[in-house]
Amino acid sequence: MSALLSVERIDARHGLLQAVREVSLEVAEGETLALVGANGAGKTTLLRTIAGAHRPAGGRVVFDGRDVTRMPAHARARLGIALVPEGRRLFPQLTVEENLRVASASRRTGEWNVERVLDVFPLLQPRRRHRAATLSGGEQQAAAIGRALMANPRLLLLDEVSLGLAPVAVEGLYRSLEGLIESGTTIVLVEQDLARAMRVASRVVCMLEGRLVLEGRADDLTRERVTEAYFGLHARSGA
Amino acid sequence: MSWVNAVVHGILLGGFYALLATGLSLMFGVMRIINLAHGSLALVGAYMTFLVVEHLHVSAYVALLPVLPGALIVGYLLQRTVLERSLRAGELVPLLTTFGMLIVIGNLLQYFFSPDVRGLGSGSIGTASWRATSSLTIPWFDVLVLGVAVGVLGGLHILLRHTQLGRELRATAADPDTVELLGVNARAVYARATAIAVATAALAGVFYAMRSNFDPTTGPTQLIYAFEAVVIGGIGSLWGTLVGGIVLGVAQTVGARIDVQYFALAGHVVFLAVLTVRAVVQAGGFRVALRTAG
Amino acid sequence: MSEHALPSASAPRVERWTPVSLGFTVALAGVLALLGFGPLLFGQGTIDNLTELYFLVILAIMWNALAGYGGLVSVGQQAFIGIGAYAVVFLSVEHSLSPYLAMALATLFGAAISIPLGAVVLWLRGGAFAIGMWVVAEVFAILVSLDATLGGGTGTSAVLAFNLRYTPEQRLHDTYWFAFAAAAISLAVVFALLRSRLGASLQAIRDDEDAAASVGVRVFFGKGVLFVLAGAGCTAAGAVIVAWQLSILPLGPDSIFGVNWTAKMIFMVLVGGLGTFEGPIVGAIVLYLLETYLSTRMGVWYLVMLGGIAIGVALLLPRGIWGTLQERLNTRLLPVGYRLRVGR
Repeated sequence: MSALLSVERIDARHGLLQAVREVSLEVAEGETLALVGANGAGKTTLLRTIAGAHRPAGGRVVFDGRDVTRMPAHARARLGIALVPEGRRLFPQLTVEENLRVASASRRTGEWNVERVLDVFPLLQPRRRHRAATLSGGEQQAAAIGRALMANPRLLLLDEVSLGLAPVAVEGLYRSLEGLIESGTTIVLVEQDLARAMRVASRVVCMLEGRLVLEGRADDLTRERVTEAYFGLHARSGA
Repeated sequence: MSWVNAVVHGILLGGFYALLATGLSLMFGVMRIINLAHGSLALVGAYMTFLVVEHLHVSAYVALLPVLPGALIVGYLLQRTVLERSLRAGELVPLLTTFGMLIVIGNLLQYFFSPDVRGLGSGSIGTASWRATSSLTIPWFDVLVLGVAVGVLGGLHILLRHTQLGRELRATAADPDTVELLGVNARAVYARATAIAVATAALAGVFYAMRSNFDPTTGPTQLIYAFEAVVIGGIGSLWGTLVGGIVLGVAQTVGARIDVQYFALAGHVVFLAVLTVRAVVQAGGFRVALRTAG
Repeated sequence: MSEHALPSASAPRVERWTPVSLGFTVALAGVLALLGFGPLLFGQGTIDNLTELYFLVILAIMWNALAGYGGLVSVGQQAFIGIGAYAVVFLSVEHSLSPYLAMALATLFGAAISIPLGAVVLWLRGGAFAIGMWVVAEVFAILVSLDATLGGGTGTSAVLAFNLRYTPEQRLHDTYWFAFAAAAISLAVVFALLRSRLGASLQAIRDDEDAAASVGVRVFFGKGVLFVLAGAGCTAAGAVIVAWQLSILPLGPDSIFGVNWTAKMIFMVLVGGLGTFEGPIVGAIVLYLLETYLSTRMGVWYLVMLGGIAIGVALLLPRGIWGTLQERLNTRLLPVGYRLRVGR
């Protein structure tokens, strides 16, 4: 069984700063992979490289058997990669519904449409025709995820969706995500909350200073081991 | 000519300015580019129509049929070649390259068409008018232009609010990086915006040529008027462009009523007055902000 | 955590002067001294040509000061060129002042006007500022063309200012010296500006205006200084131009208030190197050569060529000739920046 996503020895830079060093990983179809690590570890850059928003200095990204390394982001979205970017990045002057419908540019059909998104995130129903700038943090995050789903992705990348949200909002969000995860959508999620990440994911990888330092099934790893890798308190351990 | 006549003519002239300025406003709204060659491109539209009329012996209205699609293509290509690279090169570079284009186009037109002044016929509508009162005459052609301007603005409004392209335009204007993540090709969107802008400019250029004489130096002058209309109406607002155009038109015609030579000057004075008021307000706000912050 | 002390021998040093820049500055002083004695050494034709080069240099320096150091692209500096020219005619023909005194006063006048003008116009950013200045130029042009005492739409000439007092040779020489002094002063002022604190804050403004403001850089003041400087400089250039070519027109792209002046300024600065100190001089020399050898032969295509080259340079060689050279050789001929020397 070949992986849906295969990242091979990716090197990514921000100017002279090396953000991602020789990272390789695979994600199988239907899996939920949690990507953890401290701020500045390179998680966002890695997600952006997978989505095509960042050009790697070296390495390959292979999606569903195709080498997409040179493909621009909008083409990858049409293939089925959807990134919910850090900070939500909704279009502030567009309404919630308009934000969702921009994603039809991906030209992908599937089970996701405006009604379905509003079903899964009922808190958005009353805000449907309101401008995105007027939404609360939790509503914005829901809308951002919904917007990515509107592209009917095969691979959903979630970058720090709980950032800046009240605990109640995060709860609600993950409850909505449960259904998504169970339905078999392939997900890579970056999450600061280790406990939650390990509960939700089937596999966990940990990054430190641009490198992958730990990889394993969520069931097999203890919280302590991940914490050690997170802070780099141990020599690098493989899975 | 009475004052009422001057004001009414000014409003109608404003319709023309609104049509001319629409493209300028659109390009700024979507891409933050001020296209200094906008007036020159409008003029190219007029000259191309002139060629079609000369060689195919049709009216200027019919000539629009090949000219407008041609303008769409020119705008699209212009964005994909020069303007896209200019945007990438730096914030101020588009100003420099579009200025270069203004110079190149103006002088090329002068070479190919000579500095002679020309005009395009405007058909039977062109000379018809409605004598409303003894002191007020309304030319139908100008009403047509105002109508087209409102129609174009309305069409754009509908396009932006109710179509997928419109959503993509607004989203790309807000955040060209994020929009790519959703499958929108930002560069193609920009190119479509420029295509629309150049097409509306060409249309305005043709109308200009139908109501007055034109020559290769007309481009820069019209650019300035279009820009003044956009600024008076408020940069970033499409319907504001209509308001700005009308204010400018009225200022110019009223100025001309006082003395024919004051036509352009009156418009410039109003423009600078608006700028000064805005500067004073901004400075006042600045000082208030300093006081409350300190 | 252990502490590491740097051995003093390898502590980094900050320098302003390098051997190359020192050598070049000496050579430059020599060339300037030579040019200063121009009228005694060169023939009439050369003097006339050099005068043109000097006012082109002034214009290039000024446009570069605005755009390269301040991020202000102005499409309307010809407003000041025209003011300078017409002020000279007004003062020396109408009011019988010595034309060179008139030229100096005109420069002051231009500087004075730029202050209230800047107060209004500097609130504009980007393209709005660019065209706003162009409107200002148009307004000045129209006002002048409506004034019969200044010759109206058919223009005027400074002939009367000179004919009674100066022989043609004297006019040529004295104009040369005025232009030379104006160019030298312009260079000196910009040089001093760049080396001052204001120069450093201007760099910050150019890179990110809002960020600069947030750390306390007085953005408006910085831009204002550049605007007044450029206003004064372009006015001085305009004064030289009218003394050089004698007759001027107010309206049209080729006039003294014409937009073609901006085309030339943009060309010189882009080709020479936007934002560098030496770049505008290089650009002025290039334009001067083109003007002298090609402009009369190419007609309308001359400007097409200038515009085309400007576009090409903006897209393909954004640092201009000098900027690119400077980067490749990693050197500065004049000590306007800082160099960090690490080790030894």
